[in-house]
Amino acid sequence: MEIWDGHCHLSGYAGTPDERVGKLVALADRMGVDRLCIFMGANFHYDPTPEEMRAANDEVLDGLRNWHHHAFGFVYLNPNHLDASLAEFARCVEQGPMVAIKLWVAQHCDSPDVDAIVTRAAAAKAPIFQHTWQKITGNLPGESTAEELARLAARHPEATFICGHAGGDWENGIRAIRPHANVYADLGGGDPTAGFTEMAVRELGAERVIFGSDIPGRSYASQLAKVYGAQITEEAKRLIFSENLKRLLTPILKLKGVPVY
Amino acid sequence: MTQELIDTNVYIGPWPTRRVPGDDSAALTEMLRGHGVTQAWAGSFDSLLHKDIAGVNARLAQACAASGGLLVPFGAINPALPQWEDDVRRCAEEHRMPGIRLHPNYHGYALDDPRFTALLQAAADRKLLVQIAITMEDERMMHPLMQVPHVDVLPLPDLLAVHPGLRVVLLNAFRGVPMPLVQRLAETKQVCFDLAWLEGAAGLEVLKKQIPLERVLFGSYAPLFYFASSWLKLAESPLSETERAALMCNNAAGLLAAP
Repeated sequence: MEIWDGHCHLSGYAGTPDERVGKLVALADRMGVDRLCIFMGANFHYDPTPEEMRAANDEVLDGLRNWHHHAFGFVYLNPNHLDASLAEFARCVEQGPMVAIKLWVAQHCDSPDVDAIVTRAAAAKAPIFQHTWQKITGNLPGESTAEELARLAARHPEATFICGHAGGDWENGIRAIRPHANVYADLGGGDPTAGFTEMAVRELGAERVIFGSDIPGRSYASQLAKVYGAQITEEAKRLIFSENLKRLLTPILKLKGVPVY
Repeated sequence: MTQELIDTNVYIGPWPTRRVPGDDSAALTEMLRGHGVTQAWAGSFDSLLHKDIAGVNARLAQACAASGGLLVPFGAINPALPQWEDDVRRCAEEHRMPGIRLHPNYHGYALDDPRFTALLQAAADRKLLVQIAITMEDERMMHPLMQVPHVDVLPLPDLLAVHPGLRVVLLNAFRGVPMPLVQRLAETKQVCFDLAWLEGAAGLEVLKKQIPLERVLFGSYAPLFYFASSWLKLAESPLSETERAALMCNNAAGLLAAP
Protein backbone atom coordinates (compact mmCIF):
# COMPACT_ATOMS: atom_id res chain seq x y z
CA MET A 1 0.00 0.00 0.00
CA GLU A 2 1.42 3.39 -0.98
CA ILE A 3 2.12 5.69 1.99
CA TRP A 4 2.55 9.44 1.99
CA ASP A 5 3.62 10.96 5.29
CA GLY A 6 2.19 14.44 5.81
CA HIS A 7 4.12 15.34 8.97
CA CYS A 8 7.94 15.14 9.14
CA HIS A 9 10.68 17.27 10.66
CA LEU A 10 14.42 17.83 10.29
CA SER A 11 15.07 18.03 14.02
CA GLY A 12 16.61 15.20 16.01
CA TYR A 13 19.23 14.14 13.49
CA ALA A 14 22.77 15.46 13.19
CA GLY A 15 24.33 16.55 9.91
CA THR A 16 23.54 18.80 7.01
CA PRO A 17 19.93 19.17 5.84
CA ASP A 18 20.80 16.88 2.93
CA GLU A 19 22.13 14.24 5.32
CA ARG A 20 19.14 14.61 7.64
CA VAL A 21 16.62 14.18 4.84
CA GLY A 22 18.67 11.22 3.65
CA LYS A 23 18.30 9.61 7.07
CA LEU A 24 14.56 10.26 7.06
CA VAL A 25 14.22 8.74 3.59
CA ALA A 26 16.25 5.68 4.59
CA LEU A 27 14.01 5.08 7.58
CA ALA A 28 10.91 5.69 5.49
CA ASP A 29 12.14 3.15 2.94
CA ARG A 30 12.64 0.63 5.72
CA MET A 31 9.06 1.14 6.90
CA GLY A 32 7.44 1.26 3.47
CA VAL A 33 6.76 5.00 3.40
CA ASP A 34 7.01 6.48 -0.09
CA ARG A 35 6.73 10.27 0.29
CA LEU A 36 7.57 12.69 3.08
CA CYS A 37 6.28 16.21 3.75
CA ILE A 38 8.96 18.11 5.68
CA PHE A 39 8.74 21.37 7.59
CA MET A 40 10.75 23.44 10.08
CA GLY A 41 14.50 23.30 10.67
CA ALA A 42 16.75 21.59 13.18
CA ASN A 43 15.83 24.10 15.88
CA PHE A 44 12.19 24.82 16.63
CA HIS A 45 11.33 28.44 17.46
CA TYR A 46 7.93 29.09 19.04
CA ASP A 47 7.76 32.65 17.71
CA PRO A 48 10.47 32.84 15.03
CA THR A 49 11.91 36.14 13.88
CA PRO A 50 11.88 36.74 10.14
CA GLU A 51 15.53 35.66 10.08
CA GLU A 52 14.78 32.44 11.99
CA MET A 53 11.86 31.71 9.68
CA ARG A 54 14.05 32.12 6.61
CA ALA A 55 16.79 29.99 8.12
CA ALA A 56 14.34 27.18 8.90
CA ASN A 57 12.92 27.28 5.38
CA ASP A 58 16.42 27.39 3.88
CA GLU A 59 17.22 24.17 5.70
CA VAL A 60 14.20 22.49 4.17
CA LEU A 61 15.02 23.85 0.71
CA ASP A 62 18.58 22.56 1.09
CA GLY A 63 17.28 19.21 2.23
CA LEU A 64 14.90 18.88 -0.70
CA ARG A 65 17.54 19.57 -3.33
CA ASN A 66 18.71 15.97 -3.68
CA TRP A 67 15.57 14.33 -2.35
CA HIS A 68 12.76 16.05 -4.23
CA HIS A 69 11.61 12.73 -5.67
CA HIS A 70 10.96 11.50 -2.12
CA ALA A 71 9.94 14.63 -0.24
CA PHE A 72 7.89 17.82 -0.39
CA GLY A 73 8.44 20.97 1.65
CA PHE A 74 5.93 23.03 3.61
CA VAL A 75 6.96 26.65 4.30
CA TYR A 76 7.08 27.62 7.99
CA LEU A 77 5.42 31.02 8.59
CA ASN A 78 4.71 33.25 11.58
CA PRO A 79 1.59 35.46 11.50
CA ASN A 80 3.26 37.78 14.02
CA HIS A 81 5.54 38.85 11.16
CA LEU A 82 2.99 39.08 8.41
CA ASP A 83 5.01 40.93 5.76
CA ALA A 84 7.97 38.62 6.23
CA SER A 85 5.65 35.61 6.13
CA LEU A 86 4.07 36.69 2.86
CA ALA A 87 7.54 37.28 1.43
CA GLU A 88 8.57 33.78 2.53
CA PHE A 89 5.43 32.35 0.96
CA ALA A 90 6.33 34.05 -2.31
CA ARG A 91 9.95 32.86 -2.15
CA CYS A 92 9.32 29.27 -1.10
CA VAL A 93 5.91 28.43 -2.59
CA GLU A 94 4.88 30.85 -5.34
CA GLN A 95 8.39 31.03 -6.78
CA GLY A 96 9.91 27.99 -5.09
CA PRO A 97 9.34 24.26 -4.80
CA MET A 98 7.33 24.13 -1.57
CA VAL A 99 3.70 23.04 -1.72
CA ALA A 100 1.98 23.96 1.55
CA ILE A 101 2.21 26.09 4.71
CA LYS A 102 3.07 25.10 8.26
CA LEU A 103 1.81 27.26 11.13
CA TRP A 104 2.86 26.29 14.63
CA VAL A 105 2.42 28.06 17.98
CA ALA A 106 3.36 31.71 17.41
CA GLN A 107 -0.20 32.97 17.18
CA HIS A 108 -3.70 31.59 17.74
CA CYS A 109 -4.91 30.63 14.31
CA ASP A 110 -8.30 32.32 14.59
CA SER A 111 -6.52 35.68 14.90
CA PRO A 112 -7.27 38.13 12.05
CA ASP A 113 -3.50 38.24 11.53
CA VAL A 114 -3.75 34.83 9.86
CA ASP A 115 -6.36 35.83 7.25
CA ALA A 116 -3.93 37.35 4.75
CA ILE A 117 -1.81 34.19 4.80
CA VAL A 118 -4.85 32.01 4.22
CA THR A 119 -6.05 34.14 1.32
CA ARG A 120 -2.66 33.88 -0.41
CA ALA A 121 -2.51 30.15 0.27
CA ALA A 122 -5.95 29.54 -1.20
CA ALA A 123 -5.06 31.49 -4.34
CA ALA A 124 -1.96 29.33 -4.79
CA LYS A 125 -3.89 26.12 -3.95
CA ALA A 126 -1.51 25.50 -1.06
CA PRO A 127 -3.00 23.62 1.92
CA ILE A 128 -2.29 24.97 5.42
CA PHE A 129 -1.04 22.58 8.10
CA GLN A 130 -1.93 24.12 11.46
CA HIS A 131 -0.53 22.55 14.65
CA THR A 132 -3.31 22.12 17.20
CA TRP A 133 -3.41 20.76 20.71
CA GLN A 134 -5.71 21.10 23.66
CA LYS A 135 -3.73 20.17 26.76
CA ILE A 136 -5.28 19.64 30.15
CA THR A 137 -1.85 20.66 31.47
CA GLY A 138 -2.12 24.03 29.69
CA ASN A 139 -1.28 25.25 26.21
CA LEU A 140 1.62 27.43 25.13
CA PRO A 141 0.65 31.13 24.91
CA GLY A 142 0.06 31.13 21.14
CA GLU A 143 -0.89 27.49 20.74
CA SER A 144 -4.07 26.84 18.77
CA THR A 145 -6.86 24.42 19.48
CA ALA A 146 -8.94 22.55 16.94
CA GLU A 147 -11.88 24.81 17.83
CA GLU A 148 -9.83 27.85 16.84
CA LEU A 149 -8.91 26.18 13.57
CA ALA A 150 -12.59 25.45 12.99
CA ARG A 151 -13.32 29.19 13.36
CA LEU A 152 -10.58 30.05 10.87
CA ALA A 153 -11.81 27.42 8.42
CA ALA A 154 -15.36 28.77 8.65
CA ARG A 155 -14.07 32.18 7.55
CA HIS A 156 -12.19 30.65 4.59
CA PRO A 157 -14.25 27.91 2.94
CA GLU A 158 -12.09 28.31 -0.18
CA ALA A 159 -8.93 27.23 1.69
CA THR A 160 -7.80 23.75 2.72
CA PHE A 161 -6.57 23.04 6.25
CA ILE A 162 -4.89 20.09 7.92
CA CYS A 163 -5.58 19.94 11.65
CA GLY A 164 -2.20 18.89 13.08
CA HIS A 165 -2.42 16.10 15.67
CA ALA A 166 -6.23 16.15 15.16
CA GLY A 167 -6.34 18.58 18.04
CA GLY A 168 -4.02 16.52 20.29
CA ASP A 169 -6.96 15.69 22.51
CA TRP A 170 -8.45 14.02 19.47
CA GLU A 171 -11.81 13.17 21.01
CA ASN A 172 -12.39 16.92 21.29
CA GLY A 173 -10.54 17.86 18.13
CA ILE A 174 -12.44 15.55 15.81
CA ARG A 175 -15.73 16.95 17.10
CA ALA A 176 -14.52 20.53 16.66
CA ILE A 177 -13.58 20.19 13.00
CA ARG A 178 -16.42 17.86 12.04
CA PRO A 179 -18.72 20.54 10.50
CA HIS A 180 -15.99 21.96 8.27
CA ALA A 181 -15.44 19.92 5.13
CA ASN A 182 -12.30 21.91 4.29
CA VAL A 183 -10.50 20.67 7.41
CA TYR A 184 -8.65 17.34 7.41
CA ALA A 185 -7.42 15.47 10.48
CA ASP A 186 -3.70 14.65 10.79
CA LEU A 187 -3.17 11.44 12.78
CA GLY A 188 0.46 12.23 13.62
CA GLY A 189 2.28 12.90 16.80
CA GLY A 190 0.20 11.45 19.60
CA ASP A 191 0.25 8.06 21.25
CA PRO A 192 -1.04 5.04 19.30
CA THR A 193 -4.25 4.97 21.30
CA ALA A 194 -6.70 2.44 19.95
CA GLY A 195 -9.93 3.90 18.67
CA PHE A 196 -8.40 7.19 17.48
CA THR A 197 -8.50 6.36 13.79
CA GLU A 198 -11.82 4.55 14.08
CA MET A 199 -13.42 7.65 15.62
CA ALA A 200 -11.90 9.94 12.99
CA VAL A 201 -13.24 7.76 10.18
CA ARG A 202 -16.64 7.43 11.84
CA GLU A 203 -17.08 11.16 12.45
CA LEU A 204 -15.27 12.73 9.49
CA GLY A 205 -15.27 10.01 6.85
CA ALA A 206 -12.08 8.32 5.70
CA GLU A 207 -11.72 10.98 2.99
CA ARG A 208 -10.86 13.58 5.66
CA VAL A 209 -8.19 11.66 7.57
CA ILE A 210 -4.49 11.92 6.71
CA PHE A 211 -1.53 9.85 7.84
CA GLY A 212 1.31 11.78 9.42
CA SER A 213 4.09 10.54 11.66
CA ASP A 214 5.77 13.55 13.31
CA ILE A 215 9.01 11.67 12.68
CA PRO A 216 11.76 11.69 14.00
CA GLY A 217 10.38 12.75 17.39
CA ARG A 218 7.92 9.92 17.10
CA SER A 219 8.41 6.33 16.05
CA TYR A 220 7.24 5.22 12.62
CA ALA A 221 6.00 2.09 14.36
CA SER A 222 3.67 3.90 16.73
CA GLN A 223 2.28 6.14 14.01
CA LEU A 224 1.83 3.57 11.25
CA ALA A 225 0.08 1.38 13.81
CA LYS A 226 -2.75 3.91 13.99
CA VAL A 227 -3.73 2.93 10.47
CA TYR A 228 -2.48 -0.66 10.20
CA GLY A 229 -4.08 -1.51 13.55
CA ALA A 230 -7.38 0.31 13.10
CA GLN A 231 -10.59 -1.62 12.59
CA ILE A 232 -11.47 0.15 9.33
CA THR A 233 -11.76 -1.04 5.74
CA GLU A 234 -8.78 -1.55 3.45
CA GLU A 235 -10.20 1.20 1.24
CA ALA A 236 -10.21 3.59 4.21
CA LYS A 237 -6.59 2.70 4.94
CA ARG A 238 -5.65 3.41 1.34
CA LEU A 239 -7.31 6.83 1.50
CA ILE A 240 -5.63 7.71 4.79
CA PHE A 241 -2.20 6.43 3.86
CA SER A 242 -1.87 8.26 0.55
CA GLU A 243 -4.89 9.10 -1.53
CA ASN A 244 -6.25 11.97 0.57
CA LEU A 245 -2.96 13.84 0.82
CA LYS A 246 -2.28 13.18 -2.84
CA ARG A 247 -5.68 14.66 -3.68
CA LEU A 248 -5.00 17.77 -1.54
CA LEU A 249 -1.60 18.39 -3.11
CA THR A 250 -2.48 17.55 -6.70
CA PRO A 251 -3.72 21.06 -7.66
CA ILE A 252 -0.54 22.81 -6.55
CA LEU A 253 1.69 20.05 -7.87
CA LYS A 254 0.02 20.38 -11.26
CA LEU A 255 0.58 24.14 -11.19
CA LYS A 256 4.25 23.43 -10.54
CA GLY A 257 4.41 20.81 -13.26
CA VAL A 258 5.12 17.98 -10.84
CA PRO A 259 3.58 14.72 -12.07
CA VAL A 260 1.36 12.89 -9.60
CA TYR A 261 0.94 9.17 -10.02
CA MET B 1 10.35 -23.18 14.12
CA THR B 2 7.63 -20.81 15.28
CA GLN B 3 8.98 -17.89 17.27
CA GLU B 4 7.51 -17.50 20.73
CA LEU B 5 6.19 -14.03 21.55
CA ILE B 6 5.62 -12.98 25.16
CA ASP B 7 3.72 -9.74 25.61
CA THR B 8 4.51 -8.48 29.12
CA ASN B 9 2.04 -5.60 29.16
CA VAL B 10 -1.64 -6.15 28.45
CA TYR B 11 -4.76 -5.27 30.41
CA ILE B 12 -8.25 -6.69 30.58
CA GLY B 13 -11.38 -4.66 31.11
CA PRO B 14 -12.44 -1.20 30.02
CA TRP B 15 -10.20 1.84 30.36
CA PRO B 16 -11.99 4.21 32.79
CA THR B 17 -12.71 6.98 30.26
CA ARG B 18 -12.90 5.25 26.90
CA ARG B 19 -14.03 2.03 25.24
CA VAL B 20 -11.46 0.63 22.83
CA PRO B 21 -11.58 -2.34 20.45
CA GLY B 22 -10.56 -5.51 22.28
CA ASP B 23 -11.37 -4.36 25.79
CA ASP B 24 -13.15 -7.57 26.73
CA SER B 25 -10.87 -10.44 27.53
CA ALA B 26 -12.24 -12.82 24.87
CA ALA B 27 -11.68 -10.27 22.12
CA LEU B 28 -8.26 -9.40 23.54
CA THR B 29 -7.28 -13.07 23.59
CA GLU B 30 -8.39 -13.53 19.99
CA MET B 31 -6.54 -10.40 18.88
CA LEU B 32 -3.32 -11.40 20.62
CA ARG B 33 -3.44 -14.93 19.20
CA GLY B 34 -4.03 -13.42 15.76
CA HIS B 35 -0.78 -11.50 16.14
CA GLY B 36 1.16 -14.58 17.16
CA VAL B 37 1.39 -13.84 20.87
CA THR B 38 2.03 -17.06 22.76
CA GLN B 39 1.81 -15.63 26.29
CA ALA B 40 0.55 -12.30 27.62
CA TRP B 41 1.02 -10.96 31.13
CA ALA B 42 -2.26 -9.32 32.06
CA GLY B 43 -3.37 -6.80 34.61
CA SER B 44 -6.80 -5.28 35.00
CA PHE B 45 -7.81 -1.69 34.31
CA ASP B 46 -10.36 -2.15 37.11
CA SER B 47 -7.45 -2.15 39.53
CA LEU B 48 -6.78 1.55 38.95
CA LEU B 49 -9.87 2.87 40.71
CA HIS B 50 -11.64 -0.07 42.31
CA LYS B 51 -11.21 -0.53 46.06
CA ASP B 52 -12.29 -4.18 46.12
CA ILE B 53 -8.92 -5.31 44.82
CA ALA B 54 -9.52 -8.91 45.88
CA GLY B 55 -12.57 -8.97 43.62
CA VAL B 56 -10.61 -7.40 40.78
CA ASN B 57 -7.90 -10.04 41.11
CA ALA B 58 -10.39 -12.90 41.28
CA ARG B 59 -12.03 -11.73 38.05
CA LEU B 60 -8.60 -11.32 36.45
CA ALA B 61 -7.64 -14.86 37.41
CA GLN B 62 -10.94 -16.16 36.04
CA ALA B 63 -10.52 -14.32 32.74
CA CYS B 64 -6.99 -15.61 32.35
CA ALA B 65 -8.08 -19.16 33.12
CA ALA B 66 -10.64 -18.88 30.33
CA SER B 67 -7.98 -17.81 27.82
CA GLY B 68 -6.58 -21.26 27.31
CA GLY B 69 -3.27 -20.39 28.86
CA LEU B 70 -2.55 -17.30 26.79
CA LEU B 71 -3.20 -14.71 29.49
CA VAL B 72 -1.11 -14.91 32.66
CA PRO B 73 -2.55 -12.91 35.55
CA PHE B 74 -0.55 -10.28 37.39
CA GLY B 75 -2.73 -9.21 40.30
CA ALA B 76 -2.96 -5.73 41.70
CA ILE B 77 -1.93 -4.81 45.21
CA ASN B 78 -2.80 -1.50 46.84
CA PRO B 79 -0.78 -1.12 50.02
CA ALA B 80 -2.92 1.84 51.02
CA LEU B 81 -5.82 -0.56 51.67
CA PRO B 82 -6.30 -2.45 54.92
CA GLN B 83 -5.10 -6.05 54.91
CA TRP B 84 -3.26 -5.70 51.59
CA GLU B 85 -0.98 -8.49 52.76
CA ASP B 86 -3.85 -10.91 52.27
CA ASP B 87 -4.19 -9.80 48.66
CA VAL B 88 -0.53 -10.75 48.18
CA ARG B 89 -1.22 -14.13 49.75
CA ARG B 90 -4.26 -14.74 47.53
CA CYS B 91 -2.32 -13.76 44.38
CA ALA B 92 0.43 -16.21 45.23
CA GLU B 93 -1.43 -19.09 46.90
CA GLU B 94 -4.97 -19.08 45.53
CA HIS B 95 -4.49 -17.68 42.05
CA ARG B 96 -0.93 -18.98 41.52
CA MET B 97 0.10 -15.72 39.92
CA PRO B 98 3.79 -15.37 39.02
CA GLY B 99 3.80 -11.69 39.80
CA ILE B 100 1.96 -8.55 40.78
CA ARG B 101 1.34 -5.28 38.96
CA LEU B 102 1.43 -2.03 40.91
CA HIS B 103 0.00 1.42 40.13
CA PRO B 104 1.45 3.65 42.88
CA ASN B 105 0.33 6.87 41.20
CA TYR B 106 -3.32 5.77 40.99
CA HIS B 107 -3.22 4.37 44.52
CA GLY B 108 -1.68 7.46 46.04
CA TYR B 109 1.67 6.41 47.50
CA ALA B 110 5.26 7.19 46.65
CA LEU B 111 8.06 4.64 46.40
CA ASP B 112 9.72 6.00 49.55
CA ASP B 113 6.57 5.14 51.49
CA PRO B 114 7.22 2.48 54.18
CA ARG B 115 4.16 0.59 52.92
CA PHE B 116 5.87 0.14 49.55
CA THR B 117 8.99 -1.11 51.30
CA ALA B 118 6.86 -3.67 53.11
CA LEU B 119 5.17 -4.65 49.86
CA LEU B 120 8.54 -5.26 48.19
CA GLN B 121 9.52 -7.42 51.14
CA ALA B 122 6.31 -9.45 50.81
CA ALA B 123 6.91 -9.90 47.08
CA ALA B 124 10.50 -10.94 47.69
CA ASP B 125 9.41 -13.45 50.34
CA ARG B 126 7.02 -15.09 47.87
CA LYS B 127 9.40 -14.75 44.91
CA LEU B 128 6.84 -12.71 42.98
CA LEU B 129 7.88 -10.70 39.95
CA VAL B 130 6.93 -7.04 40.54
CA GLN B 131 5.63 -4.92 37.67
CA ILE B 132 5.25 -1.18 38.25
CA ALA B 133 3.24 0.81 35.70
CA ILE B 134 4.88 4.23 35.43
CA THR B 135 2.47 5.97 33.07
CA MET B 136 -0.98 4.98 31.90
CA GLU B 137 -1.84 7.97 29.73
CA ASP B 138 -0.16 11.03 28.20
CA GLU B 139 -0.51 13.64 30.93
CA ARG B 140 -1.73 16.20 28.38
CA MET B 141 -4.65 13.99 27.42
CA MET B 142 -6.03 13.04 30.80
CA HIS B 143 -9.60 13.51 31.92
CA PRO B 144 -9.77 16.70 34.01
CA LEU B 145 -11.00 14.70 37.00
CA MET B 146 -8.28 12.06 36.63
CA GLN B 147 -4.93 13.80 36.29
CA VAL B 148 -2.29 11.38 37.53
CA PRO B 149 1.47 12.03 37.58
CA HIS B 150 4.12 9.56 36.43
CA VAL B 151 5.49 7.28 39.15
CA ASP B 152 8.76 8.69 40.51
CA VAL B 153 11.15 5.72 40.67
CA LEU B 154 14.12 7.62 42.09
CA PRO B 155 13.96 5.67 45.41
CA LEU B 156 14.00 2.31 43.62
CA PRO B 157 17.76 1.67 43.22
CA ASP B 158 18.33 1.93 46.98
CA LEU B 159 15.33 -0.29 47.71
CA LEU B 160 16.52 -2.95 45.30
CA ALA B 161 19.89 -3.07 46.99
CA VAL B 162 18.11 -4.38 50.08
CA HIS B 163 16.43 -7.14 48.05
CA PRO B 164 19.05 -8.47 45.63
CA GLY B 165 16.80 -11.31 44.53
CA LEU B 166 13.86 -9.12 43.63
CA ARG B 167 12.98 -8.74 39.93
CA VAL B 168 11.13 -5.64 38.78
CA VAL B 169 9.62 -4.71 35.42
CA LEU B 170 8.80 -1.07 34.76
CA LEU B 171 5.90 -0.79 32.33
CA ASN B 172 5.32 2.26 30.11
CA ALA B 173 8.49 3.76 31.55
CA PHE B 174 10.07 5.67 28.70
CA ARG B 175 7.86 8.75 28.88
CA GLY B 176 8.14 9.30 32.62
CA VAL B 177 11.59 8.07 33.66
CA PRO B 178 14.63 10.14 32.60
CA MET B 179 17.22 8.15 30.65
CA PRO B 180 20.00 8.55 33.25
CA LEU B 181 17.72 6.93 35.81
CA VAL B 182 16.72 4.22 33.32
CA GLN B 183 20.43 3.50 32.89
CA ARG B 184 21.05 3.46 36.62
CA LEU B 185 18.18 1.02 37.13
CA ALA B 186 19.36 -1.17 34.25
CA GLU B 187 22.80 -1.37 35.86
CA THR B 188 21.27 -3.04 38.93
CA LYS B 189 20.42 -6.02 36.67
CA GLN B 190 17.20 -6.33 38.67
CA VAL B 191 15.05 -4.09 36.48
CA CYS B 192 13.63 -4.57 32.98
CA PHE B 193 11.57 -2.22 30.83
CA ASP B 194 8.85 -2.95 28.32
CA LEU B 195 8.95 -1.18 24.98
CA ALA B 196 5.31 -0.09 24.66
CA TRP B 197 6.07 3.56 25.35
CA LEU B 198 9.40 3.68 23.51
CA GLU B 199 9.21 6.57 21.05
CA GLY B 200 11.41 8.25 18.46
CA ALA B 201 12.69 7.14 15.09
CA ALA B 202 14.29 3.68 15.19
CA GLY B 203 13.78 3.64 18.94
CA LEU B 204 15.32 0.26 19.66
CA GLU B 205 18.45 1.12 17.67
CA VAL B 206 18.85 4.21 19.86
CA LEU B 207 17.93 2.40 23.08
CA LYS B 208 20.45 -0.39 22.66
CA LYS B 209 23.22 2.20 22.72
CA GLN B 210 21.90 3.35 26.10
CA ILE B 211 21.03 0.14 27.95
CA PRO B 212 21.63 -3.56 27.21
CA LEU B 213 18.74 -5.09 25.26
CA GLU B 214 18.68 -7.91 27.81
CA ARG B 215 16.89 -5.34 30.02
CA VAL B 216 14.10 -4.77 27.46
CA LEU B 217 10.91 -6.79 27.03
CA PHE B 218 8.21 -6.86 24.40
CA GLY B 219 5.07 -5.16 25.71
CA SER B 220 2.19 -3.79 23.68
CA TYR B 221 -0.05 -2.06 26.26
CA ALA B 222 -2.95 -3.59 24.36
CA PRO B 223 -5.78 -3.02 24.09
CA LEU B 224 -5.31 0.68 24.98
CA PHE B 225 -2.53 0.97 22.39
CA TYR B 226 -2.74 -0.55 18.94
CA PHE B 227 -0.79 -3.81 19.17
CA ALA B 228 0.95 -3.05 15.87
CA SER B 229 2.82 -0.16 17.49
CA SER B 230 5.13 -2.39 19.51
CA TRP B 231 5.25 -5.10 16.86
CA LEU B 232 6.46 -2.66 14.20
CA LYS B 233 9.20 -1.40 16.54
CA LEU B 234 10.93 -4.74 15.96
CA ALA B 235 11.00 -3.91 12.25
CA GLU B 236 11.89 -0.22 12.57
CA SER B 237 15.37 -0.90 13.98
CA PRO B 238 17.99 -3.26 12.59
CA LEU B 239 18.20 -6.18 15.04
CA SER B 240 20.08 -9.45 14.96
CA GLU B 241 18.11 -12.68 15.24
CA THR B 242 19.49 -13.08 18.76
CA GLU B 243 18.33 -9.61 19.73
CA ARG B 244 14.87 -10.20 18.26
CA ALA B 245 14.51 -13.48 20.10
CA ALA B 246 15.62 -11.85 23.34
CA LEU B 247 13.07 -9.07 23.00
CA MET B 248 10.24 -11.27 21.83
CA CYS B 249 10.65 -14.10 24.30
CA ASN B 250 13.92 -14.97 25.96
CA ASN B 251 14.27 -11.99 28.28
CA ALA B 252 10.73 -12.38 29.61
CA ALA B 253 10.92 -16.16 29.87
CA GLY B 254 14.11 -15.77 31.88
CA LEU B 255 12.32 -13.58 34.40
CA LEU B 256 9.64 -16.18 35.05
CA ALA B 257 12.20 -18.95 35.23
CA ALA B 258 14.49 -17.11 37.66
CA PRO B 259 14.68 -18.71 41.12
